[in-house]
Amino acid sequence: MGTEPEKQDKKTKTRVRMKEQEPAERARNFREVPFGYTPEEAVEEASRCLSCKNPPCREGCPVEVEIPQFIRLIKEGNFLEACYTIKQKNALPAVCGRVCPQENQCEARCIVGKKGDPVAIGNLERFAADYEAEKGEVRIPEKPRATGRKVAIIGSGPGGLTCASDLIMSGHEVTMFEALHKPGGVLVYGIPEFRLPKVIVEREVGYIRKLGVEVVTNAVIGRLFTVDELLNEKGYDACFIATGAGLPMFLGIPGENFNGVYSANEFLTRANLMKAYLFPEYDTPIKRPGRVAVFGAGNVAMDSARVALRLGAEKVYLVYRRSEAEMPARKAEIHHAKEEGVEFVLLTNPVRFLDDGNGNLRAVECIRMELGEPDESGRRRPVPVEGSEFEMEIDVAIPALGAKANPLLLKTLPDLRLNRRGYIIAEEETGMTSKRGVFAGGDIVTGAATVILAMGAGKKVARAINGYLKWKYWDVSGFIEQ
Amino acid sequence: MFEILKKQELSENITLFEIDAKDIAKKAEPGNFIVLRIHEEGERIPLTIADFDRERGTLTTVFQKVGKTTHHLGTLNEGDFISDVIGPLGINSHIENFGKVVCVGGGVGIAPVYPIARALKHAGNHVFSIIGARTKSLLFWEDRMRQVSDELIVTTDDGSCGRKAVVTIPLEELLKEHTDIKLVIAIGPAIMMKFVCKTTEKYNVKTVVSLNSIMIDGTGMCGGCRVEVGGETKFCCVDGPDFDGHKVDFDLLMERQKMYLDEERTAFERYKAALGG
Repeated sequence: MGTEPEKQDKKTKTRVRMKEQEPAERARNFREVPFGYTPEEAVEEASRCLSCKNPPCREGCPVEVEIPQFIRLIKEGNFLEACYTIKQKNALPAVCGRVCPQENQCEARCIVGKKGDPVAIGNLERFAADYEAEKGEVRIPEKPRATGRKVAIIGSGPGGLTCASDLIMSGHEVTMFEALHKPGGVLVYGIPEFRLPKVIVEREVGYIRKLGVEVVTNAVIGRLFTVDELLNEKGYDACFIATGAGLPMFLGIPGENFNGVYSANEFLTRANLMKAYLFPEYDTPIKRPGRVAVFGAGNVAMDSARVALRLGAEKVYLVYRRSEAEMPARKAEIHHAKEEGVEFVLLTNPVRFLDDGNGNLRAVECIRMELGEPDESGRRRPVPVEGSEFEMEIDVAIPALGAKANPLLLKTLPDLRLNRRGYIIAEEETGMTSKRGVFAGGDIVTGAATVILAMGAGKKVARAINGYLKWKYWDVSGFIEQ
Repeated sequence: MFEILKKQELSENITLFEIDAKDIAKKAEPGNFIVLRIHEEGERIPLTIADFDRERGTLTTVFQKVGKTTHHLGTLNEGDFISDVIGPLGINSHIENFGKVVCVGGGVGIAPVYPIARALKHAGNHVFSIIGARTKSLLFWEDRMRQVSDELIVTTDDGSCGRKAVVTIPLEELLKEHTDIKLVIAIGPAIMMKFVCKTTEKYNVKTVVSLNSIMIDGTGMCGGCRVEVGGETKFCCVDGPDFDGHKVDFDLLMERQKMYLDEERTAFERYKAALGG
């Protein structure tokens, strides 16, 4: 008798773990790492939810998913309904369940989490979405009455996809333009197969197509058509710029153009979008690395390091100028990278790259850092330790430092106001810009951020576009000085 | 999907395609390029736009068969489809009436020089053109270039057609004779552009080159096409492909072009083996 409550207590304190591939095995293949919950595991985990009356988790979700409601449906074994409930707010549940930083969002606010593990909301979301797809019972909601309005969305990443699905469900005609040959944006070129299988992205994009969104690939807006042409000649009533930031940043140190130095964007694009890990079955090559250094500590850095391992690298270093506590990546990604054998070289900064005399990368010279006073970000500022330079032998280097604003589209929009860093100035709640009928959101407004924040922006913009198409009201004087 | 409307073998290993691409043709300008991908497993490669017909909605590209992708491309015929064509990419060539200009095209580089020479001629320039190749069977578009030039000089390394010389020889003669030449445009192999720039530097004549670095997306997203111009890193796809030749680090460009030599060889061998050749 005495053991019962204790058992009960332990059960509520600890979440059901998703089974995953063993680190040693998975570090050499591109298959997805976690296997996902079985129905039994999902029900067990869902049972930990307290079904709060005023659920704080929902406030932590940028797209306002009805979290306790879908978890209750899972608890009751009503898995398909659970998925449909999520999809009322979120068109990409299988993606979000996998790549959202839940620990800083919904799960961070979970009441259960105050005394133990928060409810694994992300894992449950993933389960519901995968269950629906597996059962093949993807429900296409009834088409709403057509409004006769047309909206152009530039970019088919998470922001564009979310906005497109919301707008099509409002009865507008929606065209989504994608510059690459495949839709999905960062979900396709950036996030690797083992973290987000591409069949899942295809499935989610397929769903949005079935809703009626027209997807036009190979369309580089700014070159093929300008925004003004879309608005004035092609009959679009509004336009949403969701292109992402786009231009990779480099370290700005000598030797950065040696062969073997890749931007994380290039390294990941070759591997993910172009499937260079399957070379020569696929035509795009990628350097089969021996020793690799990745610079940075965000999700993109973790992805690059783990892709390098899977391409057969014997050593992968992750070089970061601060300490582990300051790493911006998701906890799960840091944990996975470590488990798989990525070596963290902390409090270290690269100084210059060295070559073999023929322009091929041979080594990187680094310097040790120590943490000084906090800087404007509130994190302690790393300062170089004089005389601590040392060399690391590497043949591939991957700066993963984020992105700048891509000028390709923006320079064709002289009447669009940009901030000092070249990003579009847009009102946070609506995405309205200085140009009438043009909305913007995601990384091209905020700078490099996350999938879910871009989706949140897509949702807000969809709401604002609905309002604009109804009232044709445009007033941005409150946040853009004339 | 983009249909090949016309195919023409221009020389031993240089092929012309006219592609049905209405929207791209409408916007194409001299100096632009496209990125194409033949099929699902294919790589994305940049190719120059050699001509465009806005009315018919067609795009002309000319390519040299060097590796797997270009050889495969060369096996396609009229009526076949190319999976993806993206463009027009790159900044338009700067066209105005400069006065006297020289257009230099080497090898397959003759193709992209043609629309630039035509535009310069149309803008009122006196256009000298020099086109060169290793040997006669690699030369093409002599007639077309003659139409848009006030004076055309043809060179081959072995003297099988035109003058036995490399392009820099007649170029230097022109620069000596016409001290009022305002601009030289050079498109061809990196090594040719490098020596054209060395030649024109002596005469202090502004020289624009069109760089052909390795690319993937062609829209600024990957940075694989990095070149150094005046000591600064530039992206060939969105900052170029036209650059001030006197500031370009050609040695770096050539080293970077060699990055995947081994892989390119592997892919090509495998392709030939699959053909049973």
